[in-house]
Amino acid sequence: MSVTSTTSQPNYHILSVLVQNRSGVLARVAGLFARRGYNIFSLAVAPTEDEALSRITVVVDVESTPLEQIVKQLFKLIEVVKISELDPRRSVERELLLATVRATCDDRGQVVELANIFEGKILAVGVDAITVSLDGHPDKLDDFEELLRGYGIVELQRTGRVALPKLDREARLRAVKGKVV
Amino acid sequence: MKMTGAQALIKALEMEGTEVMFGLPGGCILPAYDPLLDSSIRHILVRHEQGAGHMAEGYAHVTGRPGVAMVTSGPAATNMVTPLCDAYMDSIPMVCITGQVPTSAIGTDAFQECDTVGITRSVTKHNELVMSAQDLPLAIRQAFHIATTGRPGPTLIDIPKDVLQNSMEWHWPTDAEVIDSLPGYRPTMKGHPRMIKEAARLILESERPILYVGGGVLKARAAEALVELAELTNIHVVTTLMARGAFPDSHPLCLGMPGMHGNATAITAMQQSDLLVALGARFDDRITGKVSSFAQQAKIIHVDIDPAEQGKVRRPDVPIVGDCRLVIEEIVKAIRELLATGSTQADTAVWKSRISGWREQFPLSYEPSEPGEALKPQFCLEALRDSAPPDTILVSGVGQHQMWSSQYWRFDKPYTWVNSGGLGTMGFSVPAAIGAKVGRPDATVWAIDGDGCFQMTAQELVTASTERIPVKVAILNNSYLGMVRQWQEMFYEERYSEVYLSPDTPDFVKWAEAMGCVGIRVDSPEEVQPAIDKANSIDDRPVVVDFRVAASEKVFPMVPAGFGNDDLLLPPSQMARKEFLR
Repeated sequence: MSVTSTTSQPNYHILSVLVQNRSGVLARVAGLFARRGYNIFSLAVAPTEDEALSRITVVVDVESTPLEQIVKQLFKLIEVVKISELDPRRSVERELLLATVRATCDDRGQVVELANIFEGKILAVGVDAITVSLDGHPDKLDDFEELLRGYGIVELQRTGRVALPKLDREARLRAVKGKVV
Repeated sequence: MKMTGAQALIKALEMEGTEVMFGLPGGCILPAYDPLLDSSIRHILVRHEQGAGHMAEGYAHVTGRPGVAMVTSGPAATNMVTPLCDAYMDSIPMVCITGQVPTSAIGTDAFQECDTVGITRSVTKHNELVMSAQDLPLAIRQAFHIATTGRPGPTLIDIPKDVLQNSMEWHWPTDAEVIDSLPGYRPTMKGHPRMIKEAARLILESERPILYVGGGVLKARAAEALVELAELTNIHVVTTLMARGAFPDSHPLCLGMPGMHGNATAITAMQQSDLLVALGARFDDRITGKVSSFAQQAKIIHVDIDPAEQGKVRRPDVPIVGDCRLVIEEIVKAIRELLATGSTQADTAVWKSRISGWREQFPLSYEPSEPGEALKPQFCLEALRDSAPPDTILVSGVGQHQMWSSQYWRFDKPYTWVNSGGLGTMGFSVPAAIGAKVGRPDATVWAIDGDGCFQMTAQELVTASTERIPVKVAILNNSYLGMVRQWQEMFYEERYSEVYLSPDTPDFVKWAEAMGCVGIRVDSPEEVQPAIDKANSIDDRPVVVDFRVAASEKVFPMVPAGFGNDDLLLPPSQMARKEFLR
């Protein structure tokens, strides 16, 4: 059982993309990634405090394509209002995981204990399976997922990460709108 | 004022200054064609929707105003995909209106329904499905604004039939409303002052500078500013395929076209330069050849209105995002200031003498045909060029004839050259020439076409005849897909696969006549001039001249795909002295 951490790896970047809340925007963003051959690790979309705007949090693979090109091409989409690159070390990231794990009465207790250690929740208990949820930093979810795997995962779903810049003094939100990064 | 969505659409197009539109009606767009009867807008009824798109492009090329096309849903919209992509690649301002099935039927696979917005998303600068008649004026204003500002491009507005039929209260959005409705769209026009100063300094320091001019200079209407910059600094200019005419070929500083089929001097001057000033150019693969061996000693100043072009292919030393005209004017000003405050320009005399040596040694050349041999296409082009009335607009399709046109014509004015550069759309020339002639009825418009290209869109000559648009078409008929044939000869060991057309089927003269044009066939050199004179004298209908040319003629120079520009192949007669190209 290995516990992986992705925080320090430089091969992904988090882009927080503020878009006009209009139909087809997600298709434009996804289509651009597909057309230009950029890879997406994860994607989360939701409205913001301003109902005219939505925020797309996209984690991109920058091994194949320089981030600068991705940002500039994204910014050419008319409905993209602002793009911020979030440095993983200076932002708060959260993700939600739901998993149904095989657990008979023999090892149900272990799974519940594991969920408790991670401060997860038990959502449903069946005869031979149990559904748990956990929200937190994606790394923590990785660890949890890895540990659950030993029991046998029946189904698992993660939301993809959402992120905001940290509020501390060192917080740096690099606005890269329309500029050479 | 109450009106229908259709009336609002036509009124909005009028308000945007639309004088002419190209289109073909059908079920879903029908409501829009009714108020068109009462409109000041001239509508040109095409025979195939692709023709409408290319006509709109040709019109935009020569006028600088957005070309407008209107077609129905489904197959009409899919027929428009090629012109949209062509306009997107070549940054042509164009607004396309498509009909859509009624809102209640969207998503049901209704008759002539297709996901137009989805299909065209990646080939438009922006597109929009308008779901309410009330939204139409703003959508149209946005479409024109986006198509014509920043880096120009095509936009598409998809309108369901019931939206055209529904009633709305007319309101014409103000400029401020349009800008506010597009918070993410703010093209940068003015270059960064520090970068401009840096560019001026580098230009004065350079001993081997070249101005690398692309289509963006034409889009920015910067031709005059460019002449000022070139003359002030005495720097030679290369004009890419998209920029032919942006700088006069007759100017002593003009080196002509670089790239895969550019002339040896233009290619080599770029390769050997120590400073490339890229103006509205995008380092296309047809220009750079193998990127790793492209102009290795050159520093790069890259002026482009599209920030995404900076560093896409080659990392610039001085990136300047902005409108080419404004930036060039600022660079000129900065250079003048430097010169006024005691700076001097580096000595470029050695460089200039190298360039003039190359020009002397490596002019464009071909072997004239011996008596009894087939006509040479280059000879036909030279004769067409030398007989062309002033300000003639040249339009070409894609392939060998396109390269010879760019090479052998002499472009002395901007907006006299129309071609499909980025997408390389065979069949472009006939409809684009018609659009160009509509935009510039005062100018002679010659389309140079290949026999392969011509067969893709020739039906639009019916449009030209019936609408009295007297374009002239010169088919350089070598009975082959010539450029493919050239590649098969050179790179596939003369294994000719599916490239032979037929010299006699179709009979181009009869076909032209059937379409209401004058048809002329030319077989021998002595027939060339009389045919051209006759064609030039006809001004009441289209003319098609079928030049039967040598099939084996190849385009030189050539940088084979995947090779660097140092590996260019010269015409056979010049290969022996290739060593001079250093």
